[in-house]
Parts: sequence; C-alpha cells; structure tokens
Amino acid sequence: MSPLQACLLISALLFAIGFAGAVTRRHAILVLIGIELMLNAANLNLIAFWRFSPHPEALTGFIFVLFSMAMAGAEAAVGLALIIAIYRHKKTSNLDEVKELKG
Amino acid sequence: MSPFFIITGFVTLLGAAFAMSLRNLVHCALAMAVAFSGIAALYLQLDAQFVGFAEILVYVGAIAILIVFAILLTRSGEAPEKSVLTSGWMAGIAVSALVFTMLGWAVLNSSAIPKETPPAPVATVKNVGDALMTKFVLPLEIIGLVLTAAMIGAVIIALKEDSQKSKSEVGGYQ
Repeated sequence: MSPLQACLLISALLFAIGFAGAVTRRHAILVLIGIELMLNAANLNLIAFWRFSPHPEALTGFIFVLFSMAMAGAEAAVGLALIIAIYRHKKTSNLDEVKELKG
Repeated sequence: MSPFFIITGFVTLLGAAFAMSLRNLVHCALAMAVAFSGIAALYLQLDAQFVGFAEILVYVGAIAILIVFAILLTRSGEAPEKSVLTSGWMAGIAVSALVFTMLGWAVLNSSAIPKETPPAPVATVKNVGDALMTKFVLPLEIIGLVLTAAMIGAVIIALKEDSQKSKSEVGGYQ
C-alpha cells in the first residue's frame, strides 16, 4: 500500500465515522461534531493529494485547505449559535423534538 | 510509510470513534479534540507544517472551546437517561459502512494513484504568504468578508430576542 493510499483510507474511515455519528446521534451538538469530522476528512484528502502530486509547488491543495478551515470556523460559529437559539426557544437540543417543519 | 504514521492515524480514528459513540457530551468534545490533534500530526507528517499548526489553533483551540461552551450553555453536560440514538440508527450505520466500502474499494483499486513517493515539497510560511498575497488574494478577501458576515450573523442569532419585549414591559410598569 502506498502512503497516498494509506492517507486516503484513513480519511475515508474518518468520513464514515463522522457520517455515522451525524446521522445516528440525537443531540444537535454531536451532529455538528460529526460534520466537522467529515470536513476534516476532506481536508486530509486535499493535503494528501497535494503532498503526492507531481506539482506541489503550485500550493493549490494547501491553500484550499486553509480556506476550507476558515469556512469550517464560520460554519461552527453559526451552527452553535443556532443550537443555542433553539435551546432558548424549546429548552431542548434533542433533534427528535425539533420537528415544526416536518410535513 | 513509517510506524509513527500508522500510530497517528490509529489515534485519530480512535478519537473520532469515541467522539461519536460516548454518552457524555463533554467526553465527546474531549475525544474530538484528540481526533483533531491526530489530524494535525498527520498534516505535519505530510510536510504541511503551516496547515498542521493552523489546525491546532483553529480546531483544538477555537472550535473545541466553542463546542464546550455550547454544551454548557444548553445544559447537556450530564449523560441522558434515554437513548442517545435516533430511531433509524441501523440504516445510518449501514449507509456509512456502504460509503466506506465504496471509498475503500475505489482507493485500493484505482490506477490513478502514483506508486512512488515524490520528494518533499517546500511549503514555507514565506511561500504560503506569497501565494496568498498574489495568486489567491481575491479568495482571501472574500473569505475575510464571509468570516465577518458569519460572525455578525452568529452574534445576532444567539442574541436574546426578548430584550425589546422586556424593555416595553419595563416601560409599561412605570
């Protein structure tokens, strides 16, 4: 197994773990943690492809990961603010009990 | 592939698995910090030092603290008595296992993956700064705008809504 394949397998497993957590857990904060893990798996992929690419001096994947981290920070801030606002309204952060928009 | 790389990857995956499976939310946040530290160590071994340290600053530093604060503000620090899983959790696990099987099969059987390891690339802070200030200056400005908008939006969303109502109530009492 080449090093690139090892990196890609680690990030695939990380993505699967994050996805399983985001889909199966009831608490809103844990869903957010799962989404962060999935984002990190994608970042690990980008860094691995940058490291083993024929032209790493272009720094494309590297810069992409920096921007993706900034987006993840913005997403986490807004997501946690939404969770706090929902908690203030409904006194719960259990996703099964927040179903006003369910048809 | 060094044994240190395998150990780091193992610690990362273990931290992620614990972050998604423990009952107590504070323990989940701590396991998440372990997973992010492992990812930062993986970045350092992939010769991306700047991204590795940024990962520690942003994720282990800021986002973990933010999540712990959210846990405390929503008073969900203690483990719940009821089930922590949704009703359709078996389907979720099955889909994620399917996703991993597909990705792993694609990674192991792809012919596009180069077999030889190229020499370590040079990504010093100077190179990164040069690239950010010349070729990627427009995305940098846009990401600054997005971050500012997200910060203002987060503050407005989390702001107490009933401040105007309570103000009018206070006025009514006088």
